Amino acid sequence: MSAPAGPGVAPLGRMLAVQTWSELRIRWRIPAFSLTIVALPVLFFTFFGLPFAGQILPNGTSLGAYLLASFAAYSVGSVMVFGFGIGVATERGLKVDVLMRATPLPPFIAIAAKVLNALAYALLSLVILIGYGIVVGGVRQDLTVWLDMTVRLLAGSVPFIALGFAIGYLCGPNVAPAVANLVYLPLSFASGLFMPLSQLPGFVRSIAPYLPAYHYGQLGWSALGANTERLPVSLAWLAGYTALFLLIAMRAYQREESRKFG
Amino acid sequence: MLGPNGAGKTTSISLMLGLRRPTAGRVSLFGLPPTDRRARSRCGVMLQDSGTTGVLTVREIVDVFRAYYPAPLPPERAIAMAGLTGQAAARVGTLSGGQRQRLYFALAICGDPDVLFLDEPTVGMDVEARRAFVTSIQTLSAAGKTIVFTTHYLREAEELAQRIVVIDRGAVIADASPAQLKARVPGKKIVLTAGRPFAREHFDGLPASVLSLTSERASLLSNEPARVLGELFRRGVDVADLEVTGADLEEAFLALTRRSGDPA
Repeated sequence: MSAPAGPGVAPLGRMLAVQTWSELRIRWRIPAFSLTIVALPVLFFTFFGLPFAGQILPNGTSLGAYLLASFAAYSVGSVMVFGFGIGVATERGLKVDVLMRATPLPPFIAIAAKVLNALAYALLSLVILIGYGIVVGGVRQDLTVWLDMTVRLLAGSVPFIALGFAIGYLCGPNVAPAVANLVYLPLSFASGLFMPLSQLPGFVRSIAPYLPAYHYGQLGWSALGANTERLPVSLAWLAGYTALFLLIAMRAYQREESRKFG
Repeated sequence: MLGPNGAGKTTSISLMLGLRRPTAGRVSLFGLPPTDRRARSRCGVMLQDSGTTGVLTVREIVDVFRAYYPAPLPPERAIAMAGLTGQAAARVGTLSGGQRQRLYFALAICGDPDVLFLDEPTVGMDVEARRAFVTSIQTLSAAGKTIVFTTHYLREAEELAQRIVVIDRGAVIADASPAQLKARVPGKKIVLTAGRPFAREHFDGLPASVLSLTSERASLLSNEPARVLGELFRRGVDVADLEVTGADLEEAFLALTRRSGDPA
């Protein structure tokens, strides 16, 4: 067999760009994903945030801004948990992964494209939520505060990507949406993302400091200087949860590997 | 690669593509491990049990797959070769089973690969799709491409292949050109009805393989029906009725895949 003319492999940059663009289009055409990702945080903020938007917390922070940060954290986390959890489970159900494995597309490019796609939707969701908070809720902060919050939340979303992967590999396509909801909604609630922890029952307040969404919320609140945990502590918790979720995801992935391809 | 269901055709393809790891031995493609990106960049693949997302259009998903390969075909060409030009703008989810199979063929060829691995490519194709597929295979073959495909239809292998590897239960039982293989498999079927009851020893040592045998009826496969019948009459076997027909290809194939230890 003679050597092929031209380059032996396709350029990875172009592969990543095309793959990301296709992921974006796929998600956009699934309204169950694109609509809920954008609409739910706005809806939640309308119910749980708007009525208190004008109040000021004892530490001087605007309650509206605080709740906006809470729902911003909820929103980015949900893009990651639902996007990866349901997305990976659905692809496994359709056996998209089987064909992809036989193509020259390296797995790390496929994963990177999924992460970029999720970050894009998370950003879209944040822009709409924060814009809504400013315009409808009259929440006022410097633009740099919002930018800072956005960067912190996007950068800190890794544990939820790992949680999404774990759900996606543990669950079938029909079960994954239910599991993602059952895990993520109570988690967000108990972490004080729906209403400040001070409003929640004592036992919830006592478990919150052990939950990933609680420490993730701290990232959002820290942009307002309203975090109740020291940032390095929260980052350590988030790193620990990332490792735990990745371990679970890897185990589930390897179990499936040996079953499907062993 | 020809063999009945469960022969190990899909497993063989999976090994060649590096989708499964061999328990022993080594697979090499272009002198590389099959998982190497340089090797994969020269392979096109159509698998039996795989899928794609339903929300992209045919044209879009072909374009995505083209990006995986260093020197892909123009998208229109790949789509036309698969006979999907009319469905190029349709979402994958709306395609029929046969059209979906054509799409997988388009995805396999869109990278202009040197080698195509097609696992049971014609399953689910209608007559028209199959005809388009056969034409494309012949075009690709004429252009110097190597095409490895699996089938459980001898006729299909005869029509398309230059070399046929017959496998059964994980073992290669024949590796030959269609003509050689045809010479090896019996071409005539002989059905005999007994005057007096048949016995097994009547049929021992004949240049034929016994398909079925009861005391009333025997059915044999052979390339030399005249010799078989002559020998039977010499042995004094009482035949009430006799029929010699061209063997069904499937039956001939069964005769080849039946191992010596199996009951006739």
